[in-house]
Amino acid sequence: MALHNILTESGEWLSGDGPHSNIVISSRVRLARNLRNFAFPGWAKKADRIAVLECVKPQVESLPEMADAYSAYSQDLSALEKQVLVERHLVSREHAAKGVGSAVVMNRKQTLSIMINEEDHLRIQGIRSGLQLRNVFKLVDKVDTALGEKLDFAFHQQYGFLTACPTNVGTGMRASAMMHLPGLVLSEQINQVIQAVSKVGLAVRGLYGEGTEALGNLFQISNQITLGEKEDEILTRLNKVIEQILQHEVNSRASLLEKKAVLLLDNIGRAFGILRHAHSMASKEALNLLSCLKLGVDLGFFPEDGRLLVDQLFMETQPAHLQKSSQQKLQAEERDTLRADIVRAKLAKFPKPDGKKAIERGREERKEKDEKDSGAAA
Amino acid sequence: MNCDVCKQKTATVFLTQIVDGKMQKVNLCESCSKEKGVTDPKGFALADLLLGLGASEEMERGSTGQKCPMCGFSQADFKKTGRFGCSNCYEIFAEGLEAMLKGMHKGTTHTGKVPQRLLKARQHAEELKRLQRELRKAVDDEKYETAAELRDRIKHLEPGAAGV
Ligand SMILES: [Zn+2]
Ligand SMILES: [Zn+2]
Repeated sequence: MALHNILTESGEWLSGDGPHSNIVISSRVRLARNLRNFAFPGWAKKADRIAVLECVKPQVESLPEMADAYSAYSQDLSALEKQVLVERHLVSREHAAKGVGSAVVMNRKQTLSIMINEEDHLRIQGIRSGLQLRNVFKLVDKVDTALGEKLDFAFHQQYGFLTACPTNVGTGMRASAMMHLPGLVLSEQINQVIQAVSKVGLAVRGLYGEGTEALGNLFQISNQITLGEKEDEILTRLNKVIEQILQHEVNSRASLLEKKAVLLLDNIGRAFGILRHAHSMASKEALNLLSCLKLGVDLGFFPEDGRLLVDQLFMETQPAHLQKSSQQKLQAEERDTLRADIVRAKLAKFPKPDGKKAIERGREERKEKDEKDSGAAA
Repeated sequence: MNCDVCKQKTATVFLTQIVDGKMQKVNLCESCSKEKGVTDPKGFALADLLLGLGASEEMERGSTGQKCPMCGFSQADFKKTGRFGCSNCYEIFAEGLEAMLKGMHKGTTHTGKVPQRLLKARQHAEELKRLQRELRKAVDDEKYETAAELRDRIKHLEPGAAGV
């Protein structure tokens, strides 16, 4: 199958129909695996890398899960195509920088992608919409088991699966969830959450942006430890923490509705105004404004049928997707103009935000809850 | 994505850094990475940046001047890259490795998934041992018919036998 066929369809994780997908955008699990008796890709000579590739690629392609797959050598992909795959989280930035000796194979639904000769010989990655780490793990685990029957994976009695970097040794598993947390950011609780999470051996970082700045209020929560804990234990702990963050986000939104309605109305209203009328917009600005719009949909300020449009804009306004749609390489200024044009056109019929009902509903719910609580206390 | 250091130029070098057991991504532009010595292996231990300060020291203490016979990797290379050369390196540099792994993980023993192949190999080895025990007992008890049968089965299970 040709790449453009795959890319005209948006991946399953972008459809937003997984559990809690309003807040948990996607769940991702990747397994790092290597072949015994071959140097790791970063140290191997080109001939050895190619030998591993030619041994692994047919096995990956013959997986039943890859029946309708797209498969490509890295050197056959253009820089723009690679960047599109990076923006869809189907290949890593590191893998996009590879040339001869590497390849990627992915299924049509874009839920499974296998990078060959990234930092490790194999990176088996699954990604799905919403919070469903266990389902994603099941998929990559099954694929790993099948490949392990055909390929001689490097496995150590004590250390488990051996990886190029000792931070991945053991299970070789990195599981993560991408979360949209505007409520915690607006109520200034996000730093507390980040600190609490890093104390339990998990990592939180902004998905885009550098340092502490998190563009689009998007955060990634992942495990750090890969050795000394079973896959199941890692997933259980991670899941528990994600569910807690999810609950905090829901609570902070309710409390913002109740106590800081003006802040919400102002943020969402301004985002709507700028998105609808701007003529030049950097990718950073677009992410932050779209995040406000998404929050508006979640809170009921906009009709529910606007959700998919907003979610798609997150992806379509990314630099490579933008250039792909225009069929040419663009300078930064041209990109910003095109981005604003696309956003204006897509949102032309988007209704004005209406926060009144949502705020009233929030108050009523709070009242009911208080009555129930005081009733229970009496 | 902009460089984490100058916050102006586009980042082209992407690193994962562990500080106090916390993983951080570090993105550097061409000029900042040069300034930090990331591209200059002589002046800079990437392992220290990647795996936390002291990682390359642990490795140095473990093995001096040794090279992996399989891939030619040395501990100086680890210091430069923060990565191993091949799976065999985990044996060669085992001594310094323990202390380093202890710092970044929960213990140093894998408790998770074991590849099917190995599970089968393990079962196979256990079965072989069991049959050999039975054989010894049969011989001791002078049950020669049973012993002959067991010898046959062992022969089939031993490495190099057809169908294994
Ligand atoms: Zn810089
Ligand atoms: Zn080696």
